[in-house]
Amino acid sequence: MLRIGVDVGGTNTDAALLRGTEVLATVKSSTTADVTSGVSAAIRTVLAEAGVAAGSVDAVMIGTTHFLNAVVEGRHLEKVGVLRLCGASTRSLPPMIDWPDTLRPIVDGGAALVGGGVNYDGSEIAPLDAPAIRAACRDWRARGIGAIAICSVFALVDPRMENEAAEIVAAEMPDAAISLSHRVGRTGLLPRESATILNASLHTLGRETVGAFRAAFSALGLNCPLYLTQNDGTLMTADFAERYPVFTIASGPTNSMRGAAFLTGLSDAAVIDIGGTTTDIGMLVAGFPRTRSEGAMIGGVPTNFRVPDVYSFGLGGGSIVRPGDAPTVGPDSVGFRLPEKALCFGGDTLTATDIAVSAGLVNLGERDRLSRITPDFARRMLAQMKASIETVLDRMKPSAEPIPAILVGGGSVLVDGLLEGTSASLKPDHFGSANAIGAAIAQVSGEVDSVVSLEGTTREKALESVVAEARARAVEAGAAAETVTLAEIEETPLAYLPGNAVRIAAKVIGELRA
Amino acid sequence: MKYWTLTEADIDRIAVGCGILGTGGGGSTYHGSLRAKALLREGKRIRMVRPADMAPDAQIIGIGGIGAPTVGIEKIAEGAEGVRLMHALEHHLGRKVDALLGDEVGGGNGIAPMLTAAMADLPVVDADGMGRAFPEVQMTTFFIHGQPVQPAALADADGNVLIVTEATTPKMLEKLLRASTIAMGCTALMTTAPMSGDFVRRFGVPHTTSQAWSLGNAVLNARAAKEDPVEAILKQSGGIRLMRGKVTDIARRVSAGFNRGTLTVAGLDEDAGRSIAIEIQNEYLIAREGETIITMVPDLICIVDSETGRAIGTEELRYGLRIDVLSMPAPVLLRSEIALESVGPRAFGYDFDFVPVGISTDAPAVPQYEEDA
Repeated sequence: MLRIGVDVGGTNTDAALLRGTEVLATVKSSTTADVTSGVSAAIRTVLAEAGVAAGSVDAVMIGTTHFLNAVVEGRHLEKVGVLRLCGASTRSLPPMIDWPDTLRPIVDGGAALVGGGVNYDGSEIAPLDAPAIRAACRDWRARGIGAIAICSVFALVDPRMENEAAEIVAAEMPDAAISLSHRVGRTGLLPRESATILNASLHTLGRETVGAFRAAFSALGLNCPLYLTQNDGTLMTADFAERYPVFTIASGPTNSMRGAAFLTGLSDAAVIDIGGTTTDIGMLVAGFPRTRSEGAMIGGVPTNFRVPDVYSFGLGGGSIVRPGDAPTVGPDSVGFRLPEKALCFGGDTLTATDIAVSAGLVNLGERDRLSRITPDFARRMLAQMKASIETVLDRMKPSAEPIPAILVGGGSVLVDGLLEGTSASLKPDHFGSANAIGAAIAQVSGEVDSVVSLEGTTREKALESVVAEARARAVEAGAAAETVTLAEIEETPLAYLPGNAVRIAAKVIGELRA
Repeated sequence: MKYWTLTEADIDRIAVGCGILGTGGGGSTYHGSLRAKALLREGKRIRMVRPADMAPDAQIIGIGGIGAPTVGIEKIAEGAEGVRLMHALEHHLGRKVDALLGDEVGGGNGIAPMLTAAMADLPVVDADGMGRAFPEVQMTTFFIHGQPVQPAALADADGNVLIVTEATTPKMLEKLLRASTIAMGCTALMTTAPMSGDFVRRFGVPHTTSQAWSLGNAVLNARAAKEDPVEAILKQSGGIRLMRGKVTDIARRVSAGFNRGTLTVAGLDEDAGRSIAIEIQNEYLIAREGETIITMVPDLICIVDSETGRAIGTEELRYGLRIDVLSMPAPVLLRSEIALESVGPRAFGYDFDFVPVGISTDAPAVPQYEEDA
């Protein structure tokens, strides 16, 4: 199977071409404002480098920060009508109450809080108020609102009301793009609702972006399926991404960690991704990034997406070095201007890269320009950078036991030798393109997080039905049904009550359907 | 009368402090502080009053949430539950309520009375019945000192209100309220019997909202100045750091509505090589190092994020979390012999007597109290 992985970052677009598990070619090029032309250029280059015809590629996987940037910059977002199915409950905290004041007016298309919603045990809070929904639709239609987010209390216990409400909205507003909370988020009404609103708001951009990728790829002669990588490092089909663009929003660090796992064959290790400005350290557990317990903030909006537990600090190839009695490296960086600013390239700024070049760790620019860096100073600075990585590494590690560390990213040339607290410090081939490789090898997942009442059922049956729902979602997202296995299951009985309710979160993972 | 009128910035500080005083439980302050700030923006006011300034015969009710926090994050409050509770009780008693307070300053319940107070324009007494969080209704200094068991009331988001007119013991009241809360969808607001100004002055843990504000203020100022927020907490609270470390194990089990478990923390930095085990029953109850118990309930065991000083609740605990384990002396009223019967180690099923750590002092009121204009 020939796959192309592309990772679009803020500065660079990386691409990798793989045949099965063999990396045929990698390339790093500049990210373009329209994203698509940079991606096309990178794909054209890897294909040419490997001498592979576009027509023989089986799949293209793209990881992009495009949608995240749209939210962060508040651009290309659509106004959203929010329908909350809640009855009397939840009215103390209306939709978007915890959004930044800058973003709310851009997205807020008016909210309707109407009869509906269920309790933790599935009993109705109030019957679905169809007339109120129709009235809200008429108002949205009159104001030209085309994106609707529907969120019901305990939608993950019983999604039927959201589905019914969606039918009513579709009948009233045939062209509306409708996002349903039970397909987007986890338990926790406000963060799930906010994620659903973000998704609705990104709908048009999602359709345009995926459309532009499709057009660009067909121009390149690629006639294979297109996938996007999502927050947990797994894939979704382009069709799915059009409807759920919000799932791509935090996929950045995940791809390089998954790539690191693939390149080394390690499933449990620390991953140290050193870029131009920052170093990101995360932990691989059973081949996937360890996630943070709190949900992700997306452009200042609290959501409950699980994102990798990554510690970032200001050390990278472009970090500015200041000599003196107590010399420092970073946290500020020349960033993408490294090729003009660094001393070795004829610039005027002493950077971490210059130190690495002077010490002979990497061959870049002209080493002759670095005569004022003494070998002793270079050694001292390299030791200092290494120590700052070791300190963070120690805090991230699950225990004092040495573990292997995988160094990836262009800046990993700064580190030489074994890091303290590690059993091995590996710099695999293609370390600079781990992110694109991570995208290329991504699998497909399905996730459900629900509160289940055990009245009238057994724990086993409840677990089974949650897992079955997760499987159905994985298959819908493009997994081959026979390869889907259970990756995570978390069961949390509800505290402070002797009742029989339990929160079950399940995630399954499978291989991409051929 | 001297009042302390809260601003949005005060709410942020109080929320951080209530989190710390929650000793791992009490639920999140997030929804409460969002709602409180929204009410202030609507032009409502939240006025605090010191217990010593209350008229001796003033009628005060305690208000707080009861139920499962996991349900509360989904079926959020309607908003006027507290007003319905209060009106039902007033109707039952034939007498107006003069002020509100929280039975439990720790966690979200430290903010709960402020929301009703803002809507009803009543003051909130700067005192509570725990000085921290405890899992059960009867574990307050008020019940310990003879607060009547009835009437008590419960209200939910859907409009149901229940008044308990007779209960044989505070423990029985807890059982009745707990069972009714389940019928209400596992989340409700409750109040216990009205108390006089004089009773609250004598048996309330004084100035705990002030204490929460001061702790939160210390944390937020330290963060803004890029200083160590944990040091700021210690300096403000008079507590001690038991250890700075990393969560290495969390063994949980849930029985009879209690989230029980044992947390193991391995030392970092200057505490490298040490290990502390903390026993949990919804809150952090007992800290042991080897065979030695180093802090025990009712003294406070607070766990905060080492970098931000943010309180870490028992439900958030997970492997690898970097935390500081702090110990603070329980308020004076919780260390008395009669209080220890309800909230000492034996009340939680341990077979040893309470040994205090540090000296109890009651928190001072913040200096912001001034004459009402």
